[in-house]
Amino acid sequence: MAELYFADEGALRRYKAKRIAINVFLYAFLTLFALFMLLPFVLMIVGSLTEAKAFDEFEQTADFAQLGFKNWSFSNFEQIFSGKIVNRVTGEISETTSFAQFYLNTIISAVGSTAVTVVTAVLAAFAFARLEFKGKNILFASLLATMMIPGELMVLTNYQTTKVIGWENTFSALIFVHGVSVFYVFYLRQTFQQIPNELYLAAKVDGVGDVGYLWKVMVPIAMPTITTIIILSLMGAWNSYVWPMLVANGSWKYSSNGYDMRLVSTGLMSLFNTQAKGMSAIKIAGSMVVTFPLFVTFIIFRKYIMRGVSRSGIKG
Amino acid sequence: MAEKVMKLPSEVYAEIKDKTLIGKRRKVQLPQWAVAWLVLVPALIFLALFMFYPIINAFLMAFINDFQYVRGGGTFALGSFFKALSNPCVLPYEGAVNCRRRLDIFMSFGFNNFVNLFKDGLFAQSILNTAILVVVEVPLTIMISLLIATFLNNIKALKGLYQTIFFLPYVTNSIALGLVFNILFSSSSGGLINLLIARLGGSPVNFLGDSPNNYMLPDGSIITLPAATKFHQGIVIVVNAIWNGLAFKILVFMAGLATIDKQYTDAAKIDGANGFTIWRRITLPLLSPQILYITITSFIGAFKMYTGVISVYSRGPFDFGGPSGTDWMPVVGWIYKSMSNEAVDRTNIGIPAAGSLVLLGIILIITIIQFGVSKKRVHY
Repeated sequence: MAELYFADEGALRRYKAKRIAINVFLYAFLTLFALFMLLPFVLMIVGSLTEAKAFDEFEQTADFAQLGFKNWSFSNFEQIFSGKIVNRVTGEISETTSFAQFYLNTIISAVGSTAVTVVTAVLAAFAFARLEFKGKNILFASLLATMMIPGELMVLTNYQTTKVIGWENTFSALIFVHGVSVFYVFYLRQTFQQIPNELYLAAKVDGVGDVGYLWKVMVPIAMPTITTIIILSLMGAWNSYVWPMLVANGSWKYSSNGYDMRLVSTGLMSLFNTQAKGMSAIKIAGSMVVTFPLFVTFIIFRKYIMRGVSRSGIKG
Repeated sequence: MAEKVMKLPSEVYAEIKDKTLIGKRRKVQLPQWAVAWLVLVPALIFLALFMFYPIINAFLMAFINDFQYVRGGGTFALGSFFKALSNPCVLPYEGAVNCRRRLDIFMSFGFNNFVNLFKDGLFAQSILNTAILVVVEVPLTIMISLLIATFLNNIKALKGLYQTIFFLPYVTNSIALGLVFNILFSSSSGGLINLLIARLGGSPVNFLGDSPNNYMLPDGSIITLPAATKFHQGIVIVVNAIWNGLAFKILVFMAGLATIDKQYTDAAKIDGANGFTIWRRITLPLLSPQILYITITSFIGAFKMYTGVISVYSRGPFDFGGPSGTDWMPVVGWIYKSMSNEAVDRTNIGIPAAGSLVLLGIILIITIIQFGVSKKRVHY
């Protein structure tokens, strides 16, 4: 802001006092909401590290001393990753699927579906951004129109299709059914359109074909956007719940020993209701295990994630 | 150096000829439209199979009276029709033993499914539930996020830290964090919210439990909390939804605020406008495209809420609170429940199809109304 000039010392003092008062108010408000945002995370970190018995004690007596460092251990995580949940009352051990397996399943389906999504999005966005063909506008408009339609409407038929073609409890159902994201096609098309046409003509003169141009020029230039899409798509697959709950909620179709097909979210929900029922510390540790990789990703790729999300907002 | 200058023109030409396409046969290139359709093929296959076709199919299922899949009829609604046409005595669903004539029902298009849909009181209730949650949650979230974004825009120190904290909920798993809210609001003595209420002198509340439970007050006395009322459960759902929804909205508003030219606000300051007037008369109008975008997407998103509700209860995919598990059932929850494994083969799949069309209708109406309002209010 430009320099301000005041008539006298008093006016300057009043101005400064007002600014300080405003700042105090702003920071107080922001801090209050920041605490509201952080509270669940704090509870998650403390709860998952506190021994199940101590947390139980805390829940019954509200004795905060139970949450102290002396009761911290990794035993909750050990139980979750070994799949042997110890009942806090009876001491019985109930077997469940290890979260390592849920991790593996989720990684397979996330990487698979992201690969399919990115390849289809890059190719389709290239056609819409650079190439001229009959019916381009109608096709693009109908793609945009589908963004309005709630996914639930499609799930009805996709669920039946999955059953009929025998994809229930296979990775194909998780990877291919959502193999195209219209939103990413749209987003990538905008990035591609910003690449000057002269580059295309220059490439043509040099005898580079359309696909060569896409691969050697457009993809490298649009790499930041593609990275954003990859990360958002991986995170979306990691957090998906409804579709896996419907089509991959049992043992893997091709396994002889009942390999558990569930992903982290569905595995977590069933942990809440079965082995860990009534054991808050184990449940919170499960939540922590599912959330932790997301935090790591966020810390590393913060720039890409925030840009991708805000970009989608501005262009709306 | 000298040698290069001395090159004969013919030698130079030979060099160029070697490196370029002069005199060579050009590679055969496909016309542009052919390349376009070729690269579109992968996307179009997926879109056709899993998007366009399901949309058409949903309309068919919804408008064929009392539609039901027929065994061996595949996934296409009319597939069941042809199956029934070739063999009128077909088994209606997997596991059925009695042969039934199903052909007659494929003959009539109409609104039977919609009539049955609204006869099912649960669907009407789920619409009402969702509407209540949306009307309470969306305006609150938008107002809070607008305030936070404005305030963030006016501070210098720690701005990045606050921004990161406010963005954190966006990168979390909503099932996992819903459980944490469940524990925050739990009606055992260690539930932090109830602890706070008790310390402040209020009486603790059973927020989510569907049966009465004992609660130990800070002074050691034990009282019995009644089962959760719908109102108290609603509070938790709304708080969780606000917590989840703020991040995206703040980010979009911040991006919008960053594009507003400082000149406008500086000019207003010179004219003696105070902070609130500037915000009301300059910032808000210039931010109206973002506000419209956020309003539309939030209303649509909130009307499709599902994981936000079940995660708060954390009792499984189809428990929406209360003894019957239907207290706060949202529309999407109703659709999933009626099409899921337990129910799909025994009910008429046309009814959930009709339900999803009603949801589509609601979303379209919201969008049309908001664009209508925006014609008068949004400044681009």
